[in-house]
Amino acid sequence: MSSTATTNPDQDDPAVRAAQEERLRAAWAPPRGFFFRWTDVNNSAVGVWYTLTAFGMMLFAGVLALIIRAQLVIPNNDLVSASTFNQLFTLHGSMMMFLFAVPMFEAVSILILPQLLGTRDMPFPRLSAFGYWSFLIGGVFVAGSIFFNAAPDGGWFMYPPLTTDPSLSGIGADIWMLGLSFIEVAAIAAAIELIVGVLKCRPPGMRLNLMPLYAWYILVVAVMILFAFPPLIAGDILFELERLLDWPFFDAARGGDPLLWQHLFWIFGHPEVYIIFLPSIALFAMIVPTFARRHLLGYPWIVLAAVGTGFLSFGLWVHHMFTTGLPNISLGFFSAASEVVAIPTAVQIFAFIATLWAGRVVWSTPLLYGAGALAIFVIGGLTGVMVAIAPFDWQAHDTYFIVAHLHYVLIGGSVMPLFGGLYYYWPLYTDKKLSDRLGRIAFWLMFVGFNVGFFPMHISGLMGMPRRVYTYSDEIGLNTLNLLSTVGAYLFALGVAVVILDLCLSPRRKLAERNPWKAGTLEWLSSPKKENWGVRCVPLVESRYPIWDEPGFVQNVDEGRHFLPDAEENQRELMITTVLDAEPLQVARVGGPSIKPMLAAATLGSVFILITFHLYAAALASGLAALVVILWWLWTGTGIIPEKAEKPVGRSIVLPLYSSGPASSGWWAMFITMTADATAFLSLIFGYFFYWTVHAEFPPAAQPGLVGPGTYWPTLALVLIAAGWAATIAARETNARGRIRLARIALSVAAIATGAGALAVLAGPWLAELDPTLHVYPAIVWVLAIWVAVHAALGVIMQLYTLARSLAGRMTRVYDGDVRNIVVYHHFLALSALITCIVIGYFPRLV
Amino acid sequence: MNAKLENRAQRLNSSLWALIAPLVTWGLHFLFCYIFTAVRCAKSGPFTVISDVRLAIGVATVVALLLVAASGYVAWAQSRVEGDLPPHDENTDEDRLRFLAVATLLLAGLSFIAIIFTAIPAFIFEDCQ
Repeated sequence: MSSTATTNPDQDDPAVRAAQEERLRAAWAPPRGFFFRWTDVNNSAVGVWYTLTAFGMMLFAGVLALIIRAQLVIPNNDLVSASTFNQLFTLHGSMMMFLFAVPMFEAVSILILPQLLGTRDMPFPRLSAFGYWSFLIGGVFVAGSIFFNAAPDGGWFMYPPLTTDPSLSGIGADIWMLGLSFIEVAAIAAAIELIVGVLKCRPPGMRLNLMPLYAWYILVVAVMILFAFPPLIAGDILFELERLLDWPFFDAARGGDPLLWQHLFWIFGHPEVYIIFLPSIALFAMIVPTFARRHLLGYPWIVLAAVGTGFLSFGLWVHHMFTTGLPNISLGFFSAASEVVAIPTAVQIFAFIATLWAGRVVWSTPLLYGAGALAIFVIGGLTGVMVAIAPFDWQAHDTYFIVAHLHYVLIGGSVMPLFGGLYYYWPLYTDKKLSDRLGRIAFWLMFVGFNVGFFPMHISGLMGMPRRVYTYSDEIGLNTLNLLSTVGAYLFALGVAVVILDLCLSPRRKLAERNPWKAGTLEWLSSPKKENWGVRCVPLVESRYPIWDEPGFVQNVDEGRHFLPDAEENQRELMITTVLDAEPLQVARVGGPSIKPMLAAATLGSVFILITFHLYAAALASGLAALVVILWWLWTGTGIIPEKAEKPVGRSIVLPLYSSGPASSGWWAMFITMTADATAFLSLIFGYFFYWTVHAEFPPAAQPGLVGPGTYWPTLALVLIAAGWAATIAARETNARGRIRLARIALSVAAIATGAGALAVLAGPWLAELDPTLHVYPAIVWVLAIWVAVHAALGVIMQLYTLARSLAGRMTRVYDGDVRNIVVYHHFLALSALITCIVIGYFPRLV
Repeated sequence: MNAKLENRAQRLNSSLWALIAPLVTWGLHFLFCYIFTAVRCAKSGPFTVISDVRLAIGVATVVALLLVAASGYVAWAQSRVEGDLPPHDENTDEDRLRFLAVATLLLAGLSFIAIIFTAIPAFIFEDCQ
């Protein structure tokens, strides 16, 4: 930060302000036209589409649930067949998890986080758009399958071995794996966006201790996604290799183990519950102080709850596997962790109650939803403590007791707070309040309907009703309980219908005043005069509730008296600040409307869809098209050299327009992406050692097709990839010292070495004639080798891209973001080559 | 001596990494307990008495608790840095430091409990059944 004095234009002059506003309006103007309006990337547009699509997915999955309940209303019903019933409950669960709950968190965060942080947009708006289009394509693909009687039918956790046998499970399992894998990519894209957003795009002055609690929760959840989703992606890869190529990862007859899938699924699946729950409770953390009319009590305690839950939730996954025959002592570890997680969960609830207790409560509709949510969630939490005790779980496992428990947790912990959030934030985007009366009617219908529907399931479960049965017999005493459950479910649906009616009536209502709830946080700076620029200027923040605490704050922001009140160069600009103390670092320019994210999602999505139908040539073509589009996107939209080095941002502060390395948001995005990638890789390594653990002899006794790759080729591959890594670092260093030609030579050498490394790592299993369909040992060795080879190939593309950037004058000595970013990639590549070399080359010699 | 130690602790750098240190310790301890036991039991059958595992978990638990206590001590010292009045929600260096310190201290407490919880099964079960 430089403080050489450059005076502001006179903000007191209305003509100056009007001219600034005109320029801002032009820079942030949305694209127009029948098609081109969809090329918008601004968070306020993409966030709305995202939210509406996720809401639509919830309604669709909700209708599936209503059909399920209609089938179960009386014993021996024949409304739907057993096969359709299987598709219904599988799609209901999968959609609610992958197409509603997770995307809804991403959608709401993309929508409101920039507002909460007083920034104009997310740090990578085009990445948000890419995530949205990926979600839409994958979501429609998965959801639409039910109309072709091709929906997945193996339950939302898709346990092998039945699901890995194509003759038993049809194409539905492929649709599940590939369609949802694509959506997992979108989730990781959102996580990158949100982490960088929270850590680097806060307004000046918003130190970590002043950050809105919503942002704390989002930070925790986004980091959780980085460690939770990749194990599932690794599992998906193994799963599809078994289905498409007959590699026996989960086939016990050939050394595989279906339990590995359960591990990988639940390492994802349990944190997933908290990934869904925390963002919704985060909405509650915004709603409670507003209606208690005071600061939230116990700010660090809430941070404890968010961070503590985030971590502990990774130590619970085996509690979904209590009945698989693991040693009791192992169950004990997970049982213990499952009990501990109740502590941070309860802490935040007590903090909310204490805040309400200490405040002057205004009983609004959003708060009503919040309170109802707490009541439901607490019951779900308590049954959670019950099922965390292994002996109880042995009784309740796979019964309706679990169905009741998970719906109490998810509807109380996620759906109801979201409805509260809908009522709370609706005025922020439409400038109209929803009806208090309809909102309360809807609430009571949902609250009563929910409890009538789901409470009896505890009892039917304890009486022995298993989950996922399409009917039950007349004599076992379950008739009344199931009838009640169905009545309750329809009552709940009626409540949702009232909410939809309320939304539909909204356009006819009169405008609400600005900040209708009299809240204190930055998002309520939004004014009814809708502007696309987010905030008039980036504010200087001095407290947790600036609108309450700082006199004249709103007026000062409106009059552009803080930072970046102008768009002199007609560019979309954000402020980048430091992680701990939010000191200004840089003005970052972000991309405007573009068709490229949409094209990238379409081409990449086609790869997944075409593989489902075994159209491999077309999938390959589509993959190449995706690569071209992504390179085009990067070439034209990233690392752009600004026309000047720095600019004044107001209040006598001058900031650079470019940064590279750890100071830049792009470097962090690469680092975060590679963290997720490394987690997926480590999940595969976990798979290797899992097989080693469960087999008396692993690798198996030598016979044709089962002899490992030896040490020569893996070692050579490691040496080559390490040489490529070292040459890439050399390119960075020589470039930084102005030795441009040397840097280019280093990049060329690096590309050759890395490419040769890719071939060498494949040569090992290839020349050893390892047959991956014979046994799980050759299969897992092949997977690891292919993983490294594919990553090395991507590394070569990056090295050549950087070389081309240098030759084209788009990367220079000072503007060297490209080479610094790819060095991060190559650190991770070298590490994965090292681990792979040791595991496939040297480990078999040790055992 | 104590004042000196406290003074040194207060001058250590505080960051987001420090905030998660106690929970990372819990995670490593947890993984150690789980993986060591799983491998040992898978390799030697359900009726093996695993006194070596219990001993190793005992040692790991003491080490982990000491690490968490140390990070808690640093956080406690930093939460006592002199500065503004409570509730420490001002835009100052001291309040940011105090906030991170208090949050770290709370997380250290949680991790301490979680590590003890994780260790308990090792002292109840004697074999791999």
